Amino acid sequence: MKAWGSWETVLLGLLVLLLLVFGFTQTGFFSVDTLADSTFNFSEKGLLALAIALLIVCGEIDLSIAATLALCSLAMGFTLKAGLGPWAIAAAALLTGVVAGAVNGILVTRYQLPSIVVTIGTLSLYRGLALVALGDQSVSGYPDVFSTLGNAYLGEVLGAKWLVIPIEFVVLCAMALLVGLVLHRTIIGRRIYAIGANPVAARFSGIEADRYRLLLFVFSGLMAALAAILLTGRIGSTRPNIAIGWELDAITMVILGGVAIEGGRGSVVGTMLSVLLLGLLTFGMGMANVTGIVMSMVIGALLIVSMVLPRLRRRRLAARH
Amino acid sequence: MKNMQKNNLTIRREWILLAIIAVIAAAVGSRAPVFLTWRNALDIANDSAILAILVIGQMLVLLTRGIDLSVASNLALTGMACALLGKAFPALPIGVLILAALAIGAALGSLNGWLITGFDLPPIVVTLGTLSAYRGAIFVASHGAWISDQDIHVAIKGLPRESWFGLPALIWIAALVLALGAVFLRYTRSGREIYALGGNPHAATYVGIPVQAHLRRVYMFSGMLAGLAGLLWVGRYSIAYTELASGYELTVVAACVIGGVSIGGGVGSVLGAGLGVLFIGVVNGALPVIQVSPFWQQAISGAVILVSVAVNARSERRAGRQILERTTAQDKSVPEAGKGVVA
Repeated sequence: MKAWGSWETVLLGLLVLLLLVFGFTQTGFFSVDTLADSTFNFSEKGLLALAIALLIVCGEIDLSIAATLALCSLAMGFTLKAGLGPWAIAAAALLTGVVAGAVNGILVTRYQLPSIVVTIGTLSLYRGLALVALGDQSVSGYPDVFSTLGNAYLGEVLGAKWLVIPIEFVVLCAMALLVGLVLHRTIIGRRIYAIGANPVAARFSGIEADRYRLLLFVFSGLMAALAAILLTGRIGSTRPNIAIGWELDAITMVILGGVAIEGGRGSVVGTMLSVLLLGLLTFGMGMANVTGIVMSMVIGALLIVSMVLPRLRRRRLAARH
Repeated sequence: MKNMQKNNLTIRREWILLAIIAVIAAAVGSRAPVFLTWRNALDIANDSAILAILVIGQMLVLLTRGIDLSVASNLALTGMACALLGKAFPALPIGVLILAALAIGAALGSLNGWLITGFDLPPIVVTLGTLSAYRGAIFVASHGAWISDQDIHVAIKGLPRESWFGLPALIWIAALVLALGAVFLRYTRSGREIYALGGNPHAATYVGIPVQAHLRRVYMFSGMLAGLAGLLWVGRYSIAYTELASGYELTVVAACVIGGVSIGGGVGSVLGAGLGVLFIGVVNGALPVIQVSPFWQQAISGAVILVSVAVNARSERRAGRQILERTTAQDKSVPEAGKGVVA
């Protein structure tokens, strides 16, 4: 339940190592602009990872989160076509996210279904609905506000040119801070750990476990909606295959961040360190001309190694005693 | 007694699924009679054959409370390896290629099993990792190039097109895999033990079932069947490339779930899983016939997964939360039961 443990130290060490390796091998990596730009390719995924971290700590999972993102982006497209303004477009995305998350949550809590199956089902359903509605078409021509949200730097908006932090990254940091405070500093957070560690005991000690589960699924939908607004703004269009496969990337980030897949263990600090680590690794490999598919191979291998190493260490410690 | 009841329930479920499939087929057939022809039935069976092979492997894994998300990547990697092998040695007979596919697939599956049992890792995480790793390995092996029709070994292309005793070879192979799966699960000691360990891993350990060995075995089988499916896939579509069958693992899991195989382990039959495959095949085959956009296919299979798990949940309860659920179930069912008595 600690925000900082030995795994977080390992991740921080890896992050420093990564920065040093890329800093010395890739010319131009260590400039403020490059590092700021690198955050574009993981900020939206980071938002999804935060929601998934909470769910996994609570003993659930949401595989439909990227499909929900697509559905939210679709809602934005339809609101745009209906001729409504930016506020309505954003509201449509958030509302869609809440509804999609609530559907997952209700199926899991009311009907007592395992969340992995429910969200495999809604993954197909949501992605399928986006495909049905758009086919091979796309929607573009969003108001400039969205492009600013997705592409601009905080400094440009505030009128301070030196502040080269992308707005997307600011949103991610703000959400991380919020989620971190809730999980590590409030009673809500402690109860989420309790539910994940032992749902039966949690229920018997008076925690409304199902209410928390439902809320976390709705939160997951909200994060997907927020990511949809940023991503749609950044690329300027809605396509049915937007963010396809991102659920697996986000889960990888969470697991590598030290959140136990069985629930009850993990921290937001670890998750964010792992988001940075994987984001910078991907970016740095991109600078070194490594193909996307090879990057995902490296990340897959990293995921397994990161699980095997602590267990090997624990085994060695156990053998010594 | 309780076991008997459960058996009756699962049998009834399978009949219901069969009836639904028949109704869909009849409804589509009444609008487009071409759907009910022998030729179309063969097409659907042919299209479903590879899925059926994968589903048997996945079902074995699901029975042990695991999941194998790496099957589609394994399929593509083995398919690519066989395509490269066939390109490099055009003189290889088909038997060697089949053996190679089975061996490569089994090795990749065993890696999953070794990681899961050796380090006590959760299957979903391990296979999520190997999903990416195997997919990337295809790119490394092929340098990102496509192996297209003219470079695919003649025998690999020929195998799925062959016809034995009037039926396509793919259907025979799938039928053989289904039959072997059914016999293995129903009549061998290992098969019964796999159900037992899925139903209650702790009890299985106490009665002396070699849980770890069985786990390694099911992941090896799943990989082996994925390898076979890879060879057939590459032959059927005459192409091998990095993104081959990408995302297909979810279709495989979906077919299992629709067929009544429980993600919670210990529940499921080969007949049910086969019907799950048939359902997906019939829906996919029906959409173009009744001129519904094929884009509907994914949304429909999603909705069907949700309905089937909801139906399945009536007869089985989520593992690990039994105490909680029993209390909530009682709370809800007490007034209903009262009503039933009055009526």
